[in-house]
Amino acid sequence: MPIVPLRLSRRRGLAAVALVATAAAFLAGCGEKSDADAAGAAPSPSASAAVLTVKDPWVKAAASGMTAAFGILSNDTDRDVTITSVTSPASPMELHEMAMKDGKMVMQPKAGGIVVKAKSTHELKPGGDHLMLMNPSAPIKPGDEVTFTLALAGGGSVVFTAIAKPFAGAGESYDPGGSMPMPSGMPAPSAHG
Amino acid sequence: MTGGSLHRRHLLTGGVAFVAGVAGAAGAAAVSTASTSDSPQRTVDAAAADDTGAGVVPFYGPRQAGVSTEPQAHASFVAFTLNAGTDRAALARMMRLLTDDAARLTRGVAPLGDTEPELATLPARLTVTFGFGPELYRAAGRPERRPSSVEPIPPFAIDRLEEAWTGGDLLIQICADDPLTVTHAQRMLIKDTRPFASVRWVQRGFRRSRGAQAPGHTQRNILGQLDGTANPRDAAQDTAVWVTGGEPWLRDSTTLVIRRIRAELETWDLLSTADKENAVGRRLATGAPLTGTHERDQPDFTALDTVGFPVMPNHAHVTRAHVTDDRLKILRRPYNYDGAADAAGRPDTGLVFAAYQADIARQYLPIQRRLAERDLLNEWTTPIGSAVFAIPPGCAEGGWIGEPVLG
Repeated sequence: MPIVPLRLSRRRGLAAVALVATAAAFLAGCGEKSDADAAGAAPSPSASAAVLTVKDPWVKAAASGMTAAFGILSNDTDRDVTITSVTSPASPMELHEMAMKDGKMVMQPKAGGIVVKAKSTHELKPGGDHLMLMNPSAPIKPGDEVTFTLALAGGGSVVFTAIAKPFAGAGESYDPGGSMPMPSGMPAPSAHG
Repeated sequence: MTGGSLHRRHLLTGGVAFVAGVAGAAGAAAVSTASTSDSPQRTVDAAAADDTGAGVVPFYGPRQAGVSTEPQAHASFVAFTLNAGTDRAALARMMRLLTDDAARLTRGVAPLGDTEPELATLPARLTVTFGFGPELYRAAGRPERRPSSVEPIPPFAIDRLEEAWTGGDLLIQICADDPLTVTHAQRMLIKDTRPFASVRWVQRGFRRSRGAQAPGHTQRNILGQLDGTANPRDAAQDTAVWVTGGEPWLRDSTTLVIRRIRAELETWDLLSTADKENAVGRRLATGAPLTGTHERDQPDFTALDTVGFPVMPNHAHVTRAHVTDDRLKILRRPYNYDGAADAAGRPDTGLVFAAYQADIARQYLPIQRRLAERDLLNEWTTPIGSAVFAIPPGCAEGGWIGEPVLG
């Protein structure tokens, strides 16, 4: 595993954040695959559309600032399904992906939305595609349940509820699409009770 | 000086090379596993010698698992102190998270956000049992829902309690037939508890390995004694352990007393076998009472020896602890602990004594009083920790442990 130099920054937590992002990228590169069978039932999922189901949704608890939601998207139909946007009463939202920018993994808005291929699953996970809560209006406490609505291309939507978990990882650097790398807006790992 | 410096540099270089070598080997192994098999990681781990790793104890049910469950080989008891401000709403959020984690882990499924999901694939009869200490009911604003006997055990003259092993607002009891499974479950459960509470103490314990003896055997403790022979079984156990009626937060609940009991092996070693057997009232080899021949023979407290003394000594552990009424019995589910010996070779060892009963005041305390008064075994055992917990009822899928208390 290559050692990636850490960017010096006065912002707290960035060193740890960069390291985590690197580790996640390494794992993803080693053939990690989503295993829907191994994932079990979610605490309180609800899917209103049959074309796409969301299994094991969870959101990273955050005392303040940006955070992200994850889960396993499952498309049992014969056609690809595209998620064009996501909304939540908890926060303005964006669909994000991880990408290599200037030799560093950063997250950025996913152009064209998230596509779940026909008869397959797509895992939203730390270090991969995820649903970004850009500015939650209130702290997302561990154990909270947060509702999300996925809008699908061609109409239709999927509503699900994710449970908030304390999670130290998923602290990716955010690049909103410009050339200027922004410091991480992810909260420190100390999610409060 | 120069020599020393060179020497140090040599060591350092060697150390680095060694570490790099190990890392390289591990990397190569990982790659080769990934490239030669499309199977999920868990099939690799599940290629076990027997079915020990795959064993599943159902999590959901009216009563929590891990009490009447045939004791697993390894246990960790983790007690927490609630943070200031962890109120009823926070406790409910915590228990929803922990219930979901436990439900997944116990069936060999990684909890949400598990950063080492490969460690979750072998449940090895994992049970996760939650206990509520007295303070939790106060913090929840539900003091009236605390089972009345769940309060700190009164002090006994034999006690040498240490703060490090005493008390607790929340307990997570983790048992499995594999120690790595216990370790991973403990890590995940602590991570999800930490926003609400701090770790107060952790007590790990062990019994014989799964398969070393037939299920149902009585465990042998660190003093060499069979420990738990008098445990109630089947219907008698139901009567002793479980609250069978009452409010929803009491029905199908039980209580747990955890005592950390240090074994004074250095002085125990000074005894003859006959002395040891008199102290407990049982033969060491068979566990039979001194009046019998088999472990399960009932002791005869009226039998006298040739000079007219009771064969079962009045001060023997079994004599003092003996109870005939099922409603007064306790279920002992102890684990041995064994820390590091000190420089003189003196062991840090003993028992994580776990007793379950419907009512601590009715069942545990009278036995403990009799033992504390006059039990020869007190000479070689020292209580150094004490904690009490309610074990609230179990839950159905979709529910969460503690809901009748906190909901």
